[in-house]
Amino acid sequence: MLSTLKERTGEVLLPGDEFSFETDDSISLTGPVRPEKVVCGPGLRRSGDRLLVCKSGVLRHKQPHMFWMDSQQRRYVPAKGETIIGIVTVKSGDVFKVDFGGSEQASLSYLAFEGSTKRNRPNVQVGDLVFSQFLIANKDMEPELVCVDSSGRANGMGVFGGGGLVFTVSLGLVRRLLTPHSEVLADLQQLFPCELVVGMNGRLWVKSSSVQQTLVISNLLQSCDAMTAQQRRQLFRRVAQGAL
Amino acid sequence: MKDTPLSNCERDFLLKAIEEKKRLDGRQTYDYRKMKITFGTDYGCCFVDLGKTRVMAQVSCELVTPKENRPNEGIMFFNIELSPMASPAFEQGRQSELSVKLNRQLERCLRNSKCIDTESLCVVSGEKVWQIRVDVHMLNHDGNLMDAASIAAITALCHFRRPDVGIQGDEVTVYSPEERDPIPLSIYHMPISVSFSFFQQGTYLLVDPCEREERVMDGLLMIAMNKHREICSIQSSGGIMLLKEQVMRCSKIASVKVSEITELLSKALENDKKARKEGGRCGFAESMPQERITALKMDETSVEMTDVTERAKDIVQKTEAPPQLVRSPVVPVPGVGQVGQGLQNTWGLEEEDEEETEECDNSDEEQEEKVTKMEEEEHEKEASREGDVVEISDSEEEDVVILHPETPDKTPKNTESRSHQKGAAASKKRQKK
Repeated sequence: MLSTLKERTGEVLLPGDEFSFETDDSISLTGPVRPEKVVCGPGLRRSGDRLLVCKSGVLRHKQPHMFWMDSQQRRYVPAKGETIIGIVTVKSGDVFKVDFGGSEQASLSYLAFEGSTKRNRPNVQVGDLVFSQFLIANKDMEPELVCVDSSGRANGMGVFGGGGLVFTVSLGLVRRLLTPHSEVLADLQQLFPCELVVGMNGRLWVKSSSVQQTLVISNLLQSCDAMTAQQRRQLFRRVAQGAL
Repeated sequence: MKDTPLSNCERDFLLKAIEEKKRLDGRQTYDYRKMKITFGTDYGCCFVDLGKTRVMAQVSCELVTPKENRPNEGIMFFNIELSPMASPAFEQGRQSELSVKLNRQLERCLRNSKCIDTESLCVVSGEKVWQIRVDVHMLNHDGNLMDAASIAAITALCHFRRPDVGIQGDEVTVYSPEERDPIPLSIYHMPISVSFSFFQQGTYLLVDPCEREERVMDGLLMIAMNKHREICSIQSSGGIMLLKEQVMRCSKIASVKVSEITELLSKALENDKKARKEGGRCGFAESMPQERITALKMDETSVEMTDVTERAKDIVQKTEAPPQLVRSPVVPVPGVGQVGQGLQNTWGLEEEDEEETEECDNSDEEQEEKVTKMEEEEHEKEASREGDVVEISDSEEEDVVILHPETPDKTPKNTESRSHQKGAAASKKRQKK
């Protein structure tokens, strides 16, 4: 199965496509016999002795045995450890309710901020943006967010300062932005200096020196969702030349 | 499901941007978003796209008994559906405040302005009249639903055709569209609603607010007007105080916008009429296949065409002219297959090679000459080629030329292309050396 999976890496697959667990025909007698293990990421699901594709997209592979589907969806499903941009909707007692664009709201304890104690509460208002991480993301439980890492440091998370604009893009673009040496980001860096916060839930926060520049960046990022690399470069070049 | 809340940061940014006369999508203060009007396959079905807002209107008719106080008038009925498809905040099957407001406004805009001749909808006075029902479905909500709904409704009404009715004595017959052409409604004028949103207690004004702008606005003014600049309805909501000058200014802007939209609307109707008359693909059939969901979609794609003409010329010059076919004098019996009919003869390959070697010698000399002497070179080539033509008189193609009396203009072209090929071949050889 490993070989067929590797063969189809980079191909577009649709829900319902399947791989069977059959072993390869030839078994080497000299080498040690190792069981074939495959790590399935999002979009691949095991069902009996088959491996089913359950999201449409491109099959990706990472050494040695990790496979997942790269799709262009917009609906966010929380996963443990992912960092997101959320909006505080309710302040009740000792938890905040945070909207992150998923099917239900997540809870965020007021103690889950750096340096906060029972007496020293963080200053969070309804409508504020928070950059936080999922501690619990289980499909049967309410998701829970924290704004600290495992050692109790903020590590970039917490409540946003004033200014800036938040907008939504597809999850595929977010993942492209977060890849190391991202092309989109490299193209963007050549345009204007700006602050960019990327939430895995598809929300982006941009702050730049002027309103106009912030608007330009947000519109550029929203439009490069459905563009090829060449089209994007052409567009960015046009913007750099001053055709706003 | 609840709607996505608006964060403080968005609110602050939007207000700041509006103060600086900037809008999220780069529009000017008085600009409408891109509007598109399309029609369905049936009469009376219309889609309106206003930016990302999408609205569908469907008109239908029915024979009913009239109201007692108005025995000889048809009945107009308007219904707006806010389905969860448009926005997660809308709930199915429940009249929300917004839907009541929109419904009422649409009724005032279209029914109370008396833009449709209801008396012409009467079939038998006091017994049978036509009831015209307009269903407006919101397909996507990105602000300014009212304008999109009013445009969709009036366009659908203009597009609609009701079945013809014949009366003989007491007998009423409704003719099917095959028997008699359906009749359009008689419409006196087309009221169109234009929305203005006010910010900072009426200091700033925007036309056609998008969804996020609608969330931060203080007040809304909707003016329904026709192209004769007659105000059909006017409604202000949100509880802001408007000055007389502001309302006057808004009505002036509205008159400009209405005339633009009316023009677009009548053009769309005309195009559709033409398409239907020609019997081509119209409505859904024409508009739907473009909206594929499996492809990366972009509204317009720019194409790099700087060197297209040069490349095209190149191809035209370099390709070989298609071989000329000669009808064999033997007429095949129908049903009998023949092999090799009408194809180029490939038996003469040997001499091609000869030519190339010859040409090679020539080109070697030419190569030494400078590029600036291109003209001369061309002449030389021409001369050498003429020689070639004489030599290869036994080739198949040349035979063809002789046989055909009406192709004297083809011959030079043919030979020219040949010379080019040879040139190419020669250059290849040069590279080898």
